[in-house]
Amino acid sequence: MALAVENGRRMFDYWLTVYKRTWKGTMISSFLLPMLYLAAMGIGLGSFVDSNGTGALGGVSYLQFIAPGLLASTALQIAVGEATYPVMSGLKWQKFYHSMIATPLRPADVVYGQLGFIAFRVFTSCAVFLVIITLFGGLKSPLGVLGLPVALLVGMAVAGPIAAYATILDNDSGFAMVFRFGVVPAFLFSGAFFPVSQLPDWIEWLAYVSPLWHAVDLSRNLSLGTVNPLLALGNLAYLLTWFLVGTWLAVRGFTKKLIG
Amino acid sequence: MATIAARVVPVPVRLGGGRHIVERNFLLYRRSWVVFLSGFFEPVFYLLSIGIGVAHLVGDFTLSDGTKIAYAAFVAPAMLASSAMNGAIFDSTYNIFFRMKYAKLYDSMLATPLRPWDVATGEVTWALLRGAIYSAMFIVVMLIMGLISSWWALLALPASVLIGFAFAGAGMALTTFMRSWQDFEFVQLAIMPMFLFSATFYPVETYPGAIRWLVEITPLYQGVVLERAFSTGNVGWFLLIHALYLAAMGTLGMYVASRRLGKLLLK
Amino acid sequence: MSDQRESLVHVRGLRKSYGDFEAVRGIDLDVWRGEAFGFLGPNGAGKSSTMRMIGAVSPVSGGTLKILGLDPAADGPAIRARLGVCPQDDTLDTELTVRENLTIYGRYFGLSRAECRERADELLEFVALTEKAKVKVDELSGGMKRRLTIARSLVSKPDLLLLDEPTTGLDPQARHLLWDKLFRLKQAGVTLIITTHYMDEAEQLCDRLVVMDGGLIAAEGSPADLIRDYSTREVTELRFGPDVMLADHDALAGKVEDLAQRIEVLPDRLLLYTDDGEHAVAQVHERGLQPAAVLVRRSTLEDVFLRLTGRTLVD
Ligand SMILES: Nc1ncnc2c1ncn2[C@@H]1O[C@H](COP(=O)(O)OP(=O)(O)O)[C@@H](O)[C@H]1O
Ligand SMILES: [Mg+2]
Repeated sequence: MALAVENGRRMFDYWLTVYKRTWKGTMISSFLLPMLYLAAMGIGLGSFVDSNGTGALGGVSYLQFIAPGLLASTALQIAVGEATYPVMSGLKWQKFYHSMIATPLRPADVVYGQLGFIAFRVFTSCAVFLVIITLFGGLKSPLGVLGLPVALLVGMAVAGPIAAYATILDNDSGFAMVFRFGVVPAFLFSGAFFPVSQLPDWIEWLAYVSPLWHAVDLSRNLSLGTVNPLLALGNLAYLLTWFLVGTWLAVRGFTKKLIG
Repeated sequence: MATIAARVVPVPVRLGGGRHIVERNFLLYRRSWVVFLSGFFEPVFYLLSIGIGVAHLVGDFTLSDGTKIAYAAFVAPAMLASSAMNGAIFDSTYNIFFRMKYAKLYDSMLATPLRPWDVATGEVTWALLRGAIYSAMFIVVMLIMGLISSWWALLALPASVLIGFAFAGAGMALTTFMRSWQDFEFVQLAIMPMFLFSATFYPVETYPGAIRWLVEITPLYQGVVLERAFSTGNVGWFLLIHALYLAAMGTLGMYVASRRLGKLLLK
Repeated sequence: MSDQRESLVHVRGLRKSYGDFEAVRGIDLDVWRGEAFGFLGPNGAGKSSTMRMIGAVSPVSGGTLKILGLDPAADGPAIRARLGVCPQDDTLDTELTVRENLTIYGRYFGLSRAECRERADELLEFVALTEKAKVKVDELSGGMKRRLTIARSLVSKPDLLLLDEPTTGLDPQARHLLWDKLFRLKQAGVTLIITTHYMDEAEQLCDRLVVMDGGLIAAEGSPADLIRDYSTREVTELRFGPDVMLADHDALAGKVEDLAQRIEVLPDRLLLYTDDGEHAVAQVHERGLQPAAVLVRRSTLEDVFLRLTGRTLVD
């Protein structure tokens, strides 16, 4: 265990070193874009929603309705982004994982380091975004800041399975599929922009399968003060399951790919 | 003949070589047609999400001329314009950068009789063909969802090809200035605000003076105006200005791109 | 006779600069139709820069260059239509299969689809890749990629074939296979221009070559001529034990100086240039020297290069 932590830390250091070079570029996708979404949808479109009556939203302003959902969606997008191309690069293009395995690091350490770095990216980006949301007045109650750990959890819930998927791909065209049929529909239909009860039943059920819906629902209830403890525990358990199974899959995938 | 033309005319005029690059891309996508088709779904997902979900919250829009329009019918043409932009940008930036810097594809092409201009026209033609297929499918979805109210909508397809041309040309020109993948974040920085604010989700009249003016000069806004006019049948001669804007943008982009490609690859 | 020869590549005072750095510093040469012409030189000599200018993909910085009688600045496409190019780094289309790489490349030359298919099958046969036709390029070994690149350069039936380091990085077996293919092309009358930093490759393949170093041509001629002009018939290599230092080499060289026409002192051995190597060996022993190893061999282009530049080709 101590070894795993130490080795994972070394991997994490590697990623941090790389990130020191590239962080400026990621600022744009990490905060600027979600912020623009918040402005365009929450404030711009929100003015039309609010003047049309917000009964369907339980009387909250559209900005406060979508802000927690956008936070969770941002976490998902960053996590998927970091678990796709960088992982394939390590396995196939630049092959830096292979050189790491040539040191005392084991495939599991590589995975832990990679996931640790993704957690760092998700957490820092979402923290900044949360500050912006608060400044916009997007949180209804202070409990809304608990959206941050929820965002981290949903990021980790998807990072593992996606990284595992990256290990079985021959080329990056599979990622286009992840984004087109995973990330984009999740973003659009997981209740961030409107209550999923408006969807036809069968799509509504698909939304409940998506980890993003659980994160959106939980962080919104926290912010709006409408938490139902039992449902909240259900959300958490579901996300944790994704995280644990996903990490296990990723370790398995990396081990298979890196040492036969 | 061709060589004399090349000597006399500063911009090479022969388009012919580009068709082999289209053929090459066709060969490639014939194998991964699932990926190809999947590109069509993204704008449709947006349309469905808005049409089913958000539209319910927003209700109908009353436009500046007093006409009432369902929210989905208001947003759909903007999605059409945006997806034409996104497809063209993707094909002309990421794809071309990869082929130029990593696959060295153009190095091998330029060792044949093909010239930088052929590469530029070929890649852009391919991007437009692909975009046209997606747009046509999207227009059919709009029709099925009852979001088209005029025969003018027949012009929505050529309009989206024009939007694609403008962005593919500009995207390719920009790509020749890119140093690394990180620079593409700046492409996102230009594209996303346009997608969100170019009168896509609500009318341009919502904005106060200076901001409205800023929105009105963005290229995507021109496309949104064209598509919305055609899908609602609210047409007029003023549309020509928007079309000319896009045509000029694409042509300038192509010219810069082929000049720069020559400089970069023929060292 | 010499007036009858057709110069496919005519070069006078040719220069190439990248910014302030001059990679090719004024070279003169002609490549005649039907010959196999070589550039022999170490890394950085300016071989690839010259090849790219001849390939009409790199603008000339100074001097005259005519390829197939045409000026590359004005008639690039017309020139390239008649060239086959195998660049130093493989630029295969990694998104396509082996066979598609050939067919689509033919299309870039404006060949009909039927013609492309026919040429592709012939060439796959020629470079022994028929079984790999449907495989993605990524899955090929280095030697196979090289063979495919050469096949690709032949799709358009070029008048002139440019091969930039065709066998660098390949294992000996793959190299010999490639040499065999190139030799058959030469027999078939294709004009070849080859760059290499392997002297054995230059000797095997080239009718005539230039030795290039630091952007300049140091010597020109057939391999036999160059060896005759710049070296002796035989070379005696003397190796002393690992405890003998470079300084000792100099001292040792002094003791055998008179045995050879010329002596080269390398870090690990002494080279005695003489027409009778065995005789030199006998003399060395007679003088009480005890080399750990002795080798008598023919002179090669390596020796020519050493003579011309004071350095070895591959280091
Ligand atoms: N595109 C370039 N930009 C700057 N310098 C270059 C470029 N290409 C080659 N050089 C330099 O020119 C010199 C000659 O290179 P090259 O022609 O590739 O030699 P060779 O093929 O004999 O190894 C080298 O010092 C190399 O670094
Ligand atoms: Mg070279």
